[in-house]
Amino acid sequence: MRIKSQKTLFSGIMFTSVGAAFALGASNYHVGSAARMGPGYFPLIVGVLLTLLGLVVVASAFAGPATDGEPVGKIAWKPLGFIIGANLLFGILLAGLRSIGLPAMGLILAIYALVIVACMAGTNFSIKMSLILATVLAVGSYLTFIVGLKLQFQVWPTFITG
Amino acid sequence: MMDLINHLSLGFSTAVSLQNLLYAFIGCLLGTLIGVLPGIGPTATIAMLLPATYALPPVAALIMLAGIYYGSQYGGSTTAILVNLPGESSSVVTVIDGHQMARQGRGGPALAAAGLGSFFAGCVGTLILAAFAPPLTEIAFKFGPAEYFSLMVLGLIGAVVMASGSLLKAICMIMVGLLLGLVGTDVNSGVARYSFDIPELTDGLGFIAIAMGVFGYGEIIANLARPDDEREVFTAKVKGLMPTKEDFKRMLPAVLRGTVLGSSLGILPGGGATLSAFAAYTLEKKIRLKPGEVPFGKGNIRGVAGPEAANNAGAQTSFIPMLTLGIPPNPVMALMVGAMTIHNIQPGPQVMTSNPELFWGLIASMWIGNLMLVILNLPLIGLWVKLLTIPYRWLFPAIVLFCAIGVYSTNNNVFDIWLVAIFGVVGYTFIKLGCEPAPLLLGLILGPMMEENLRRALLLSRGDWSVFVSRPISAGLLSGAILLMLMVLLPTIRSKREEAFVEEG
Repeated sequence: MRIKSQKTLFSGIMFTSVGAAFALGASNYHVGSAARMGPGYFPLIVGVLLTLLGLVVVASAFAGPATDGEPVGKIAWKPLGFIIGANLLFGILLAGLRSIGLPAMGLILAIYALVIVACMAGTNFSIKMSLILATVLAVGSYLTFIVGLKLQFQVWPTFITG
Repeated sequence: MMDLINHLSLGFSTAVSLQNLLYAFIGCLLGTLIGVLPGIGPTATIAMLLPATYALPPVAALIMLAGIYYGSQYGGSTTAILVNLPGESSSVVTVIDGHQMARQGRGGPALAAAGLGSFFAGCVGTLILAAFAPPLTEIAFKFGPAEYFSLMVLGLIGAVVMASGSLLKAICMIMVGLLLGLVGTDVNSGVARYSFDIPELTDGLGFIAIAMGVFGYGEIIANLARPDDEREVFTAKVKGLMPTKEDFKRMLPAVLRGTVLGSSLGILPGGGATLSAFAAYTLEKKIRLKPGEVPFGKGNIRGVAGPEAANNAGAQTSFIPMLTLGIPPNPVMALMVGAMTIHNIQPGPQVMTSNPELFWGLIASMWIGNLMLVILNLPLIGLWVKLLTIPYRWLFPAIVLFCAIGVYSTNNNVFDIWLVAIFGVVGYTFIKLGCEPAPLLLGLILGPMMEENLRRALLLSRGDWSVFVSRPISAGLLSGAILLMLMVLLPTIRSKREEAFVEEG
């Protein structure tokens, strides 16, 4: 058997595992009967259905007209890493990370960190350009979110504002 | 008829208040601003801007969101015509003839055709919405849990039929959404499901975080992975907005046809803007060319006016199932339902009686929003064109930032930021595997509702599943769903459907 579509194969595997995970999880809850459904009833049904459909998707990856195999292709690790990393760094700096004893650094620092790291995801990274962009966005965000919309944010690091 | 006038006057008296006009204006402006930027569709735009409306009163918030929706849709057309990049799926067909017109230096008339066509269609759509909402609400009150469940099945199937790509995968995506929607405390038993003892998860997965992660971050990562493509912006050539007399003569019937088609398809579950635009373009292509007319694909103005009118009419009437039944027909409406819930309004037939100012105010503000768009867009076109020339490398860090700030401000909790990160990875995975994420969002919103109605229906029937086919309305809705499925599976229609979606490539 030859794989006709890698994309279909992997998405089928994804659906099957998500469905199975939810169905297995549902068995931890009271399932009940159709007339008296417990919290596990609906997730169990949908989970089992998804598992079965996922298997059909897997099977369909081997059927159908011969194609070039529809490869999933290279994973763009660089943008993936930097964009997600920028987002995580923003969260850590904004609110601090208690488990490593990092105090909250506030919005402004978090914006600089996010913008600089996110810029690295693109081609032709330039630190000067990203600093300019970060400054523009920091000032803009401060004016719209803190001054304008009056959202509750820690703006400056805790060790400055106390 | 009297009722209609009374209702609309109530609506206008709400919508015309200075505050609401201002929010409608801000919504349209922001929506256009972000919609013009290529690569960000209405779903991502609304998800991104939703947090900005939390502080507002419910009416103002919904009016602003509706403005954002129209704005982003209209902005998408501008991008489609001038840059050859559809900002969103419903302007995919606008690209074909619109961009050709821009290349021939007729970008102005193309934009005007899109704008005026949309405005006309929007007016008609609003009237239809106002006229049909009350009787539909009456019917909705007769719905029991079994009917609601079947209606949701029909809605989801309808949405799937519309999704491009594999039908099977789309159904799977809905189910993933349904399951994700179940995370959190079960309302009936109080059991925290799939929460892994994380306190934030007992409230369920935030749909904003999921929408931003999947539609925002996922898209950005995929865009960055592509090599920089040359973006041709026809800035210098946008001169003379007014279409010629000849143009008007050709676009008028196209606009009328588009409006009729769009408003009827928009009401269907799963219909809405995209399907309407595709159908309108196909229809225009079928109608024989008049002598001296430019062929389709070479810059025919009808190919812009028809689909644009249709997508706006469809966008308008797709509010009908959301407002009367509380059931979102597309991801954008799913976000609107979420927004209403945040403001403590339970979407459904009772909204019209319990919050009449909100209901009619929203409808009236749709018309005002459409008017604003014409006023805003045609003279300001120079500004939007400038925006288009901003390189992507300046844009994406800003989008990442707004998503992060927006999602944090929904609950003032960093947990949501981690959630966006996770769903960003998930969204990129979906793109890599060729799974369209829109059905997932619908499933996510409908998951808890479906479970609740299934539970109630079976409780009332003492566990007898035949209740779904023995009640006539429910049986009708379910057979509609089956019919839709069969239609898509039929070989002839299947190839037609694939053909329609190939054109977007």
